[in-house]
This record gives sequence, structure tokens and C-alpha cells, in this order.
Amino acid sequence: MTYIAKPKLHHPTLTRNNVGYTRRDYEGRISTLCAGCGHDSISAAIVQACWELDIEPHRVAKLSGIGCSSKTPDYFLGASHGFNSVHGRMPSVLTGANLANRELLYLGISGDGDSASIGLGQFANAMRRGVRMAYIVENNGVYGLTKGQFSATADRGSKSKKGAINTDAPIDLVGLALQLGATYVARSFSGDKAQLVPLIKGAMEHGGAAFIDVISPCVTFNNHAGSTKSYDYVREHNDAVSRIDFISEHEEITTDYAPGEVVDVRQHDGSVLRLRKLHPEYDPTDRLAAMNYMHEQQARGEIVTGLLYVDPLATDLHTAFNTTERPLNTLGRAELCPGARALDKINASLR
Amino acid sequence: MQRTDTTNPAWFHKVVDCQWACPAHTPVPEYIRLIAQGRHDDAYMVNWVANVFPGILGRTCDRPCEPACRRGRVEENNGVKPEPVAICRLKRVAADMKGDVKARMPQVGPANGKRVACVGAGPASLTVARDLAPLGYEVTVFDGEAKAGGFMRQQIPRFRLPEEVIDEEMGYVFDLGVRFRAGERIDSMKALLGAGYDAIFVGSGAPRGRDLDLPGRAQAAANIHIGIDWLASVSFGHITKIGKRVIVLGGGNTAMDCCRSAKRLGGEDVKVIVRSGFEEMKASPWEKEDAMHEGIPILNYHVPKSFEHEGGRLRGMTFEIVRAEYNAEGRRTLVATGEPDVFVPCDDVLVAVGQENAFPWIERDCGIEFDRWGLPKLGSTTHQSTLPQVFFGGDAAFGPKNIITAVAHGHEAAVSIDRFLHGEDVAKRPPPMTNLVSQKMGIHEWSYSNEATNDARFKVPWVKAERALASIKVEVELGFDAATAFKEAERCLNCDVQTVFTDSLCIECDACIDICPTDCLTLTENGDEADLRTRLTAPATNLDQGLFVSSPLKTLRIMAKDEDVCLHCGLCAERCPTGAWDMQKFRLDVTHAGPGCRDQAPPRRVLAAAAE
Repeated sequence: MTYIAKPKLHHPTLTRNNVGYTRRDYEGRISTLCAGCGHDSISAAIVQACWELDIEPHRVAKLSGIGCSSKTPDYFLGASHGFNSVHGRMPSVLTGANLANRELLYLGISGDGDSASIGLGQFANAMRRGVRMAYIVENNGVYGLTKGQFSATADRGSKSKKGAINTDAPIDLVGLALQLGATYVARSFSGDKAQLVPLIKGAMEHGGAAFIDVISPCVTFNNHAGSTKSYDYVREHNDAVSRIDFISEHEEITTDYAPGEVVDVRQHDGSVLRLRKLHPEYDPTDRLAAMNYMHEQQARGEIVTGLLYVDPLATDLHTAFNTTERPLNTLGRAELCPGARALDKINASLR
Repeated sequence: MQRTDTTNPAWFHKVVDCQWACPAHTPVPEYIRLIAQGRHDDAYMVNWVANVFPGILGRTCDRPCEPACRRGRVEENNGVKPEPVAICRLKRVAADMKGDVKARMPQVGPANGKRVACVGAGPASLTVARDLAPLGYEVTVFDGEAKAGGFMRQQIPRFRLPEEVIDEEMGYVFDLGVRFRAGERIDSMKALLGAGYDAIFVGSGAPRGRDLDLPGRAQAAANIHIGIDWLASVSFGHITKIGKRVIVLGGGNTAMDCCRSAKRLGGEDVKVIVRSGFEEMKASPWEKEDAMHEGIPILNYHVPKSFEHEGGRLRGMTFEIVRAEYNAEGRRTLVATGEPDVFVPCDDVLVAVGQENAFPWIERDCGIEFDRWGLPKLGSTTHQSTLPQVFFGGDAAFGPKNIITAVAHGHEAAVSIDRFLHGEDVAKRPPPMTNLVSQKMGIHEWSYSNEATNDARFKVPWVKAERALASIKVEVELGFDAATAFKEAERCLNCDVQTVFTDSLCIECDACIDICPTDCLTLTENGDEADLRTRLTAPATNLDQGLFVSSPLKTLRIMAKDEDVCLHCGLCAERCPTGAWDMQKFRLDVTHAGPGCRDQAPPRRVLAAAAE
């Protein structure tokens, strides 16, 4: 942690994106997390992704729960909307915000404690309903704020810093998300920004519930030998299914790959996810196959990363509810209160 | 790339751009920090050890450090006009605000029985004297003038450098027991060689001002003056007036001193006229600015053609108008534009078109060989002539340069003389001593002020123009007050507090890369330098600046750091969970004359001790 502010001076070649901001404009306040925390790398990846996507900061709402991970929205997108909710309740607050204003981009930031323990029900239902958001879990397998007890995502058999062995089975958030109907499911590693940044970009432009489980080592309590969430362990067991390039709808799509090497997945808004396959048989649009592959690799102790599953034509909660196209705060009195005749009509239809 | 060898003294030295650029390698950030702490005595002594004349240099230095200053690069595209730290003017602050430092001057050791003669009492000779006298040498300085200082006293006008500053700093040298034989101009090297000195140092400068042999030169001679001679006459009070309309020929710093002096001696319409373009003028940019600030126009691309005279009186000068053309190799030629010649009326002309070396007093058969430009043949680092006991330094060695270069020559020559008189090979130059000390004091605590301020360079206040121009003795610049000096000192990035990387500790968590405000750091696959420079977080296009590369880390990637615009803010070290990055203060002790420069070397740093 530090309180020394990051100097405003920047590299002379720092460039502006299409909406006139430098990457530095997407930063937040100085992080108070431990030095070397994986979460800070994820914050940096979010900053990079939003800058590359030409997102105007005021178009983003970042919501979080409680925990080290949930502190991080203070450390990026300082000019965006934010809400730090109750422990484990980020998904329902975000759902409400999303229903009220569908025009913002929603970024849900949570941790393994916040989403896999106290907020597991909230997590499950948000995935199930298809709330349009990028749901990022910063997963380090420990309760860092309470000094390093195993969290619900800690692998069975992994060792705590004090030497205790975890006897409980882990909750696999990626498996749950796949099973519950999330339409964009990925796993990544805080120490691999080349993989993480395009995944965040794809998630933010996705049309439905997008979930990214980011393994984020806790340098203070979970970065030792015997941990399965340490920098060394994740690097040794990282099995990436593909490298992903995100191509926005404005960019020209060029192909310099041999057929079969890449899969282009076009999302609803015209953006393209280009997957450079590392496993020729892997099909990221086949949900069942994705689940099978993941479980097989998991049984071997490998950590499958990359874009595991995407439904390019995903829809969301607003489609299901057939809600109004416009944010509620732009509706006038006439639309919100259509009068007694409209009420009579509704009542009549229910008789 | 191979892992950068940071044990090479040059690696971290080069990161300290100002110290690297200073011919005498003055530890600039060190004394700027001391000024910020209000420790002016200490700041002065750090300077005094390195450059002998802090008060003089703080007003007159050519400041090679400032164009090199990292701050000037860091401020590019950051909203203010990029400017280096006002290093030179901060040096003056240390000199002006210090208390009595006499007690801190070195003790003179017991006489060693060796006698050294220095010819000329300029900066080079006095540096030799300062370095050798405390070691027990009997040093005698000869000068044709009544007071010591050479160029500093004779040519630099008093409105830039008050006499008492010169007197004080000459005093510190002579207080070491150096003998000064004033008014004794050496007119025969042979005679001096016969006087029984063990070594002779020639620091007699480049005393001859170049003339312009144009039509009318002889006829109008009464009103045509050689710049450096005229400045000396002004300095000694022999000249107190000049005509109302004055032309100064030449584009160097002497020309700037001439025009500003003329303005103070009755010149109302003073012009500087140069052959070259304004940009190529030799004068330092700030000296040009200062002249123009005093209402002196600079006309460029005017080649002098003739002195016009009438009845033995100068009437004006004629100039041909030219433009610069560059050939494929970038060589410049001045080509006539074909425009009609220009006549500029004037009453006096000051010719400041360069200086030449002259050694009429060195007999050509005394064993000292000269090259075809009339300069002595010398060892480039030893300053030793073809007569082993004779050494040259300052403008007398390699032609006219500046004070700080003369000081650097003096240090080198003193090392040579010390080794020579101890029977050691002068060609062997002991490397400098270096040291690195961690600046971490505790959690979030660093022993230096690591917050990078956003202040633009502060301007040094001037006395009002009407007062400044009324007398040649009124110093124009007032110097920073303590509060402004502090703020200016805070602009210094502390480049001597180095980012030191320990490969084996790095866990590749990216924390340093994420926090670095100027995108200096990258973890990437290794490659050759040209390739690597394009693949970094921010491209490393400044090839003058080093690229640090670690050995391969656990993932076989390397940590690369582009030194170019590092703020030395320490956030990489602050955010590093394992201490792989640390901020360590780099200290460079240039080898000065004394036991430390010799082969049988007991303790070092006789002079450096005075600074502590």
C-alpha cells in the first residue's frame, strides 16, 4: 500500500483516444492495497481496456461489494459512476441500476468471498437472468482482509500460509456461470495483461451477462509454495485455450491467419472477437463441450484460461422483460403516468 | 540484450544527466537537495570540492548540465514549456546564502618538498593549486596582472560577476598557502624551466582576440576594438565611455558581454551583427535572451565587408546579406542572396569573433612540441606535454572553452602532476569510486523528496532596467530568494537516487509497470536493442539514454527500463512486494589528486572529507 500520489507527469508520447482522453485519464486514486496485489494489475487492465474502447468515463457505472477486490473501483475510472454496496449484494444493486438506466455500461467488481460465499445466491441469479454487465471476480482464494483464511474458491488440498490444508471442495464460479446461462464466460490471470485486456473489452461490449474469473494472487497471504493461486503456480498450470484479439466495429478486419487458426465471433454490436486457437478442437461457442473440457483439465490440475464460452447473439434481461428502450430518468410524466384509461385497459386485459 | 552491467561506474553516472554533462562531474542533485534543506554551507562545500568556484560559476557557467537535465525532457507534452532545473542559479544560492565556510577548508599537510609553478592565475591554474597545495606541494602562481582570476576577472563584466565574489573564491585557494606572484608575466619558458620547479602547469588561457582584416581596418583603427581587450580595459577602469552607436561583431558569449557593457558605457544604439543564423550563434541561449532583454537587436546573416571611414573617422560598416545553404552532408555554406549590401552607421565597433591561443613566451626549442594549429601536443587525459614535467590546461590546452572545462582540466592535470612527482605512470588514470545506498527509511518513507512537483521553472529576478543600465557595476541578476530556491530545488528529479533492480527477487507481478507514471518499465521477451526499444510500454526513441535490461526472469522474460524520462519518484520500489526495485543513492567520487589517485593508495578523499 502507499499514500504517495502518482505524479501527474506522464510520458511525452502518451496519446489520446478517439474521445480525447489519455490512458491516465481513466485512472483513479492511488491504490491502498498491498504492494504487488494482483487486483492492481486488474485495475490497470480495466483502465487500458476502457481507454482502448474509447469509452467516455461518464458512460460507465462500476459497482462492487465488500473486500479487497471491492475496494478497487476507487483505483480506476475516477470519473465514472460508482456504488460500493453491501457484502455480496453487488449483483442486485447492479440489476436495479441496469433496469433503471440501460444506456450505461455496467462493471461489476467482486471477489471470491463476495461472490462465492456471502453473495453466491446473488451471483447465481444475476447470471441466470442475463443482466447485461461485465462481472469481474478478482479471485485470490483467501480472505485477505481478515488475514488469510481459505475462501470458498480455495482448492481442496491447497496449503495456507500458516500451513493448514484446505479440506473443503472449491466453488467453481466459471462452472456455475456456464451452467446458469451466462453468455460470455472467461477466465484469466492478473499477471497476463495481454490476455486479460481483450477479454475485458469483449465483456464490456457483450450484449448479455459476461463473467470473467480473474485469478489474482494475494501476495501477502496466498503466494507461497502449496498455494494454487500463487504467481508461480498459475504460470506453471496455465492452459490457455486461445489468444483473443478484440476488434471494435469501427476497425478494419484483416486476415493474416491460415484458415482454421482463428475463429472470428461477431457480437451483436458489430464488434468481433478474434480467437487465435491454441487448441484446434476447442469450440468456444459450444457450451457443453466447454464445460467438459474445463472439468477434464481441472481434474488434471490445470487452470483453463481464455474465452471459454460465448453466445454472440446473447440477449439480456431488458429483452426478457420487454422494458422501455429509454432510461427511466428520461421518461416524462405522460409516459410514467399514462392515466386512468390506460389502467382500465390493463385491468380489462386481466379479467 | 545482455544483462546491463550496473557495476560499471559509468552506468549509473550516465543516468545523472547533469553530473555526466558537467566536465567536473559536480554532484548536482546532491547539492540541490542540500539547498532545499537549507544546508547552504554543505551545498557550497559539495560544489567547492568539485568545481572550486561555486560563486563564480553560479553566475557565469556555460551550464552544460542544463540542456542535459532530465526535467527538460520530462516536461515535454505535459502542459508547461519544457525547461531544465535552474541548476546554475541554484548553485549561486548556495554561494550567496552560506555562512562562514573557512573552517571547513582543507588542512594543509606537511610540506612534501616538491615545487610546482602555475603560469596564469585563471581557473585551470587555481584548480591545480587548490588540489595540490593541501597535499604539501609548494605551489607558486604567476600572473601578469595585479589580481588573480584571469578571464573571470578581466573579461567577464562586473554586472554579471561582482568583484567581491571573485576575491572571496581566490582567497580560499590562496589561504591554502599558495604563493601568488602578481604582476610577474612569464616571458620565457626556458627561464622558468631553469628555476628549479619539479613541475610546471601552463594555464595561461587563449589571450589573443581574433581581428578582422577588412578594408578600412587600419584607417579607422581608433574606433575599432578587439572585444576581449576592450572588456579587460573596461574591467580595469581604463575605458569608461563608448560612442552612442556601437556595432558588436560576433555571436559568442564575449560578444554578448561586449554589447551589454557598451550599453552601460553610453552606447544608446547597440547592435550585435553576426554572419551565421541566429540559431547557430555560439552564445548560450540565455545570454542572447539577456542581451535582447536589454534592448539590443541581433542581426543575423550579415557578413562584414568593410569598415567605412571619412577623414580617419569610422562612419559605419557595410555588410553583405547571405543565407544558409546545406549540402547533402549537412554542411553549411553562406551564399549571397544578391540583395544590395547594407550600410550600418556607427561610432565604434567591437570585434568579438573569437579567441586564439598564443605562446610567444614558449621557446620552440625548449622541448615542448606544438601542432599545426599552434596548440601544444598533449596527452588527451593526462594534459602532459612532450616535456614530461610540463602540463597544460584550460583554454591553453585544447583551445578556448569555458570556466568549468578549465576546472576539469585543472583536476586532471593535478592528478597527473601528483602521480608524476611520485614516480608513477601518468597515463594510468584510477577510476572514480562509486557507492549505492538504499534510501528506504521505513514504510512509505524515503530519505529524499520523491514527490514530483508540477511547477514550471522559476525566473531569477532582475534589478530594474534603468538601474541596471546606469552602471556597469550593478549586478543585473538578484538571485533566488530562499523560498523560490526551495521551490526550484523541488523541481529536481533526484536522478542520482537510482532505480536498482535485483533480478532474483522479482515475481513478475506487474505492480511497478502499472504504477510507473512515465511508462518506463516493461516485462517482455528479450531481443536486440533496436528491436527491444520499439516493443516497450512506451517506445524508447531517445538513443542517448540507456536501456536497462535484467537477466531472464522466471518466465524467461526480461525487465526493461528506459532511463529517458524516469521521474525517480520511487513508486516502482514503493509498489514492489519483494524489494526487487529499490531506490539507492548513487555517489560518484571523481579521483582527485592525493593518495587516492596513486597506485599505493591508502585512504581516499582528502578533499571530499571537507564536504562532510
